[in-house]
Amino acid sequence: MDDLLADFLTETNEGLQSLDGALLSLERNPDDPAVLAEVFRTIHTIKGTCGFLGLPRLEKVAHAAENVLGRWREGSLPVTAAGISLILRAVDRIKAIVAGLESAGAEPAGDDAEMIALLDAAFRGEEVAVDGPAAPPQAEAPAPVAAVAEPEPAPAAAAPQPAAAAQPPAQPTEAGPGNAPQTIRVAVDVLEDLMVLVSELVLTRNQLMQLARTETNSAFSVPLQRLSQITSDLQDGVMKTRMQPIGSAWQKLPRLVRDLSHDLGKKIILEQHGAETELDRQVMELIKDPLTHMVRNSADHGLEGPEERRAAGKPETGRITLNAYHEGGHIVMEIGDDGRGLSTARISEKVIRQGLATEAEIASMSEQEIHRFIFRPGFSTAAAITSVSGRGVGMDVVKTNLERIGGIVELRSREGRGTTFTIKIPLTLAIAAALIVESAGERFAIPQNSVLELVRVGDGDGPKIEMIKSTPVMRLRDRLLPLVNLSRLLALQDQPVAAGGSSFVVVSQVGSQVFGIMVDRVFDTEEIVVKPVAPILRDVTMFSGNTILGDGSVIMILDPNGIARGTGLGVETNGEAAATLTAATRSAESRDHTAVLLFRAGEGAPKAVPLGLIARLEDLPAERIEQAGDSLVVQYRGSLMPLIPLSGYGAVMPAPGSKQAVLVFGDGAHSMGLMVDEILDVMETQLVIDGAGARQGFLGSSVIADKVTEVLDCAYWLHQGGADWFSATAKAKEVTRKPRVLLVEDSSFFRNLVVPALSAAGYAITGLPNPREALRLREAGEMFDIILSDINMPEMDGLQFVRAIRDGGPWQELPVIALSAQAEPDDVEAGREAGFTDYVAKYDRDALIGALTQAIELQVFARSIDSPV
Amino acid sequence: MQTDTLTRPSGAGNMASGNLALGADADHMVLTLTVAGQLCGVPALAVRDVLGQQAITRIPLAPPEVAGSLNLRGRIVTAIDLRRRLHLAPWEAGAKPMSVVVEHQGELYSLLADQVGEVLSLNPAERAANPPTLDASWKEVSLGVHRLGESLLVVLDVERLMRIG
Repeated sequence: MDDLLADFLTETNEGLQSLDGALLSLERNPDDPAVLAEVFRTIHTIKGTCGFLGLPRLEKVAHAAENVLGRWREGSLPVTAAGISLILRAVDRIKAIVAGLESAGAEPAGDDAEMIALLDAAFRGEEVAVDGPAAPPQAEAPAPVAAVAEPEPAPAAAAPQPAAAAQPPAQPTEAGPGNAPQTIRVAVDVLEDLMVLVSELVLTRNQLMQLARTETNSAFSVPLQRLSQITSDLQDGVMKTRMQPIGSAWQKLPRLVRDLSHDLGKKIILEQHGAETELDRQVMELIKDPLTHMVRNSADHGLEGPEERRAAGKPETGRITLNAYHEGGHIVMEIGDDGRGLSTARISEKVIRQGLATEAEIASMSEQEIHRFIFRPGFSTAAAITSVSGRGVGMDVVKTNLERIGGIVELRSREGRGTTFTIKIPLTLAIAAALIVESAGERFAIPQNSVLELVRVGDGDGPKIEMIKSTPVMRLRDRLLPLVNLSRLLALQDQPVAAGGSSFVVVSQVGSQVFGIMVDRVFDTEEIVVKPVAPILRDVTMFSGNTILGDGSVIMILDPNGIARGTGLGVETNGEAAATLTAATRSAESRDHTAVLLFRAGEGAPKAVPLGLIARLEDLPAERIEQAGDSLVVQYRGSLMPLIPLSGYGAVMPAPGSKQAVLVFGDGAHSMGLMVDEILDVMETQLVIDGAGARQGFLGSSVIADKVTEVLDCAYWLHQGGADWFSATAKAKEVTRKPRVLLVEDSSFFRNLVVPALSAAGYAITGLPNPREALRLREAGEMFDIILSDINMPEMDGLQFVRAIRDGGPWQELPVIALSAQAEPDDVEAGREAGFTDYVAKYDRDALIGALTQAIELQVFARSIDSPV
Repeated sequence: MQTDTLTRPSGAGNMASGNLALGADADHMVLTLTVAGQLCGVPALAVRDVLGQQAITRIPLAPPEVAGSLNLRGRIVTAIDLRRRLHLAPWEAGAKPMSVVVEHQGELYSLLADQVGEVLSLNPAERAANPPTLDASWKEVSLGVHRLGESLLVVLDVERLMRIG
């Protein structure tokens, strides 16, 4: 209530201030409808709010004044100078009451009956005369109505009364603390100027610190430290003044949606989540319009009319969901609807008609790539132009506006299910921490919020840069990381780096894509003030801006997004839009792009294996390979590693002096080498496996880089290696609808093993690295038939996870199978108690598929019992 | 209003005693500069600063005409290599180009020239149109030619110079 009152006072005071001026100008031009409307609106607002806040005195005066103004506005009563004086008097009265309200927190006592009587008289069209300051006697007022002549002195007597009560305390309120509202309004320009000054201060501070670093024992160092601290605090403070909850950008949307739902004859509800998420005011201003546009789009194009929805088996009322949350130094906002989704066919048709792409090009594009055409200028799929949207100015503007502030917009749409736009924008455009690196003698800044870690590479025991063909990769904690050669990417130098050339790798993440940037040196992290690049450099997408460092030099700020895109790592970012953005959908669904290693072995088609499964690539000299009975082994990292030939001719020793290419698979203690003829390439591809005609040892074939490629069945080969991982067996029987399986497993090795194996066995499988992301999917409304979960996981283990599932929610009844390396009876018991349906040893594929089949059959059975009831 | 648009830092040693009393004919004043031996002029009103040799940061992947960026009292200025822009011989090793800082659509750009001369008032009536045989890349940026004693001065259009890429 106090907040409301404070807001009311601030607003009313503003309104009242402008009111005097407006009334005076109305007096000069009595026929100006705009001014009249403005005066009316102000008084009307005051009246309306008073009623709401329970301020009867104020309300009555405002109401009487509004009545007069209303007649003026209709034109049923002429605007006279006397009338204006009367209104001015009423305004004065309102001011007095407001002042009293401000000082005492309640309406001052007083009687406004005379004032109201005067106003009512004027409303009835009676001529009134008041001794107002600007009320020269009217020419047409020689015959004042008797009723008015008498009250003339009365208002003069009445007026001082409340004024006496209210005005004196009002004066000190301005200066003293009192009960005055604790907020002040500050012009945005002032805040902006402050921000610019603070930015410059930060830069100057950095410069000073840089100088001080070279001087030891300087007398300046202590005060400088203090200055630095204060500068940081000041920066935080000023930043805070600029932060606003995003809800204020959403305020107008419920009304907009309501009006749209009227205009369009649709039933729409708007849901808002995370309205309290704060972001920089400047950023907010810039996203307001794109946001409105997207909501408008969702209501107009996205959602169907009630009949269409009913026909599609959906609830009549369409839903638009706004969701905002922080992620790193970004704010992520989703605008989703549960409408008809984008029609790929219609977009394709339009793309071809507009000549944006040929039919052949369209045919080779993924659905997501086709959807992205809606971001092209002049593109609208609306069949009819409505008053709301459909003129083809829109999504491209939205995209450009967002990109201008370093944001990205992605979309995910399923026909019949709806469309979700996801916007990711930096929290603030002003100041960011950045890592300063050097490549080929040039320095660059990498925004800290996209840096995951920094890895030193060298000749020692640590990670090394290895080459697959000419592609540099690095193995980091059992994960093969694609590397970006910065000096080559930026055309700083052209010669390919030799393995072990660079000395640091900056591990970065863009969406779900993790990659390393190879640099020569790493300096400090520094607070930088991001300045946009000059317009003529807009086309250079590798940089998000530039800045001035402490030493006064200009430095370019690398844009990890641009780098990922520039190197093809961004395929996923462009295509499977939201998957890269929201953590909830950061799943390794098998339809996503997967990095695969292509190689040749034996005759026939090239072979492929998911890159994530391979621990290392080795070129072993023939001398190191030894014969052990029928098979070949090599001494590898202190133990014997079996070598399995892929060529199909049995184990043949390579010719002395030659080298043997080996793919090393391993998971901790186990390792196994697969002998191949030649390593061809590493590619990002959508791994769609066709199981028809698969030979033993292969999951089937897939078209990769326009070539039919056989995809390795790792489980088979691991079994050949004697490792007790999977035993290869026949596939699970064909099921009409693919059962959806969720796999939660922190080991990417195991995930990569199970996802292709199960998808080849006819399951639609989604792999996630931890339970938290899984639960987020539950929140997102995803549904599965069965859940597989590891037991030992960091943060939240499998037992906690299953308890969370059993606690309620849509997944409560789902079968959950535990996967574990140890399957002692005690563990099994603990698992069952926590809520697991079944317990399967981790590396036993038969048992796993058996358990899956059983669980799903049980479910189908249960459903068939349920449904007739 | 116009007089403060031209500042002369001490680094600009080559500036001769030009006529700085910018008056009504400020529109016709140019700052002369030499690019690979060719005398050129840029409208003085567009000029914000003249600097000696500066530390310039390369901008990878930028159009070749962009030499890099430099720090002018806390503002980042994009440097345009006039020799490249005008398809002239590249800089010799050890060259110390000077910067003429101009404003274009609210952004500052520095034009790298061999030497910066003086501010001259030109009589618009004496401006000759571009010779039809002038190299196309020059015709695109030239506003016209003035005879200046023994030499010819080409007036450059800053707006068009910025059309890069």
